Amino acid sequence: MSEYLVIDNLTKTYPGPNGAAIIVKDFNLRIKQGEFVCLIGHSGCGKSTVLSMVAGLSEVSSGGIILAGKELTGPGPDRGIVFQSPCLLPWMSAFKNVMLGVDQVFYTAGKDEREQIAEYYLSVVGLADAMHKFPAELSQGMRQRVGIARAFALAPRMLLLDEPFGMLDSLTRMELQQVLLELWRKNKKTALMVTHDVDEALFLADRIVCMTNGPAAQVGEILEVSFPRPRERKAVLEHPDYYRLREHLISFLEERAHSKSHHSSTASDDATPPLPLPDSEPKKLRELPLEPIPTTKP
Amino acid sequence: MAFLEINHVTKSYGANQVLRDINLSIEKGEFVAIVGYSGAGKTTLISLIAGLLRPDTGSLTLNDLEITEPGPDRGVVFQNYSLLPWLTVYENILLAVEQVSPNWSSAKKQQHVEEHIELVNLGPARNKRPSELSGGMRQRVSLARALAMNPQILLLDEPLSALDALTRATLQTEIERIWEQDRKTVVLITNDVDEGILLADRIIPLSAGPGATLGPSIAIDIPRPRDRKALNHEPRYQKIRRQVIDFLLGDGGRKHTVVARKLILPDIEPEDLSAPHSFGGRKRKPIRRGEVKTEPVEVDV
Repeated sequence: MSEYLVIDNLTKTYPGPNGAAIIVKDFNLRIKQGEFVCLIGHSGCGKSTVLSMVAGLSEVSSGGIILAGKELTGPGPDRGIVFQSPCLLPWMSAFKNVMLGVDQVFYTAGKDEREQIAEYYLSVVGLADAMHKFPAELSQGMRQRVGIARAFALAPRMLLLDEPFGMLDSLTRMELQQVLLELWRKNKKTALMVTHDVDEALFLADRIVCMTNGPAAQVGEILEVSFPRPRERKAVLEHPDYYRLREHLISFLEERAHSKSHHSSTASDDATPPLPLPDSEPKKLRELPLEPIPTTKP
Repeated sequence: MAFLEINHVTKSYGANQVLRDINLSIEKGEFVAIVGYSGAGKTTLISLIAGLLRPDTGSLTLNDLEITEPGPDRGVVFQNYSLLPWLTVYENILLAVEQVSPNWSSAKKQQHVEEHIELVNLGPARNKRPSELSGGMRQRVSLARALAMNPQILLLDEPLSALDALTRATLQTEIERIWEQDRKTVVLITNDVDEGILLADRIIPLSAGPGATLGPSIAIDIPRPRDRKALNHEPRYQKIRRQVIDFLLGDGGRKHTVVARKLILPDIEPEDLSAPHSFGGRKRKPIRRGEVKTEPVEVDV
């Protein structure tokens, strides 16, 4: 099976006042089993929309998605998702949070075996001594480690990662990339990850898919990343191709940034115009003459 | 003696040592970036320079004078902007100017504020309140306010960390442009190695806490203005970047102790949740991966 995930002419539209707004148009992508693919583009380009359609969380307007020979119609535990914020239930310990999904997916197994699964994945992401803590007691980076463990523990067919390290500082991000890569290597999972961090994409991916700007976002170009695996940060940074690819990706993003913001002035780099509010005072009801309520007369 | 001198400074909160033996000297007009993990003590360091905190041991001097309290000679820009929400852009900056230069005529104060609003390109937004501004614009106000005090040194505490990638890049360019105009002494605290290399004359990694200390200081002798894209084929940039990242992920990284743990990963397959959970009341057994076999079998066509 060479093509594990097939995304064919995927389109997403929302009905709008001036006809349908096209977010993603004819998006085509094929991912091999065990491949790590990164989707890169600016915020708002529609990359997360593609991911949530693959996750089954957002309806497909037209086109189709096939995973392991089966068309996807809704969300399911065959796709493990790591969101930007870890989305843990605050009243449950890290361990209980992971068990929640494990109990569902491995319902035929005994309790010991289910607990062993959760314990295994929480330990390998570096939470061996903190797995019984509550989310509030964990740092942002540790919470995201729980998020990663939870996704892997379900033994999904593929992993979907939506800017999983977007909220972390750039150094903690590097630590977690290593954790993710290590787990990915051991489990040989097919992965699709959305990011806007060029270094992250280069370190993790086999292929980087650059998306054009929305509306009607498409695949812009696809970059092969052939750094040898298993990857070490140091070796990747010293690879002769690294900075060439990095520059290429940065230029791709910068061109998109300029085409996007050319109409806005420098002072309002990311501002949205305030909504107009009529400048009128409410009428004082007591001063209004009371009118008789009209009654229907024959 | 250098313009800003930090000698053997340590700082603890209770029993937790945050900073250990910090030594740093910065010359006048220098732009220094300090990069480190969040939680390492970067903000503590900047608070010590700002005079908001006092060190446990060691000393800090600015212009040969010991730093004992906050003062208008040090302008600080915080990550969370710290603007007064009920004042407009103009009033927020004016407030700082009135504190620092109460003897100026009101016309002079006004002109001074206007100049600084123009400097950060906020002309059209001068009468807006912080809640009507985007994050990037708020940080511009904060920067203009710090500069309007005419400080001897500018302390930037992760000024761009809360902004999205695009706005961050725009503001980095702005900071460089403004700095080029009067070349003030700047200490920039950041967790982004690239931001440090793009802006500073010198980059110093701060190791991960507890007991964080400064790593080797690396001079960035790359001509300005520096272009984010063109830097990539600058061998000097690649080398500096590698040195800093190596330190922060290696010697200066978080300390992990690796212990061998015996873990069991059951060899079972996940169930298909769309299939019925039981057959005729009989409970199913989990499918073990070892039981899954692929065999060549003959089939009728």
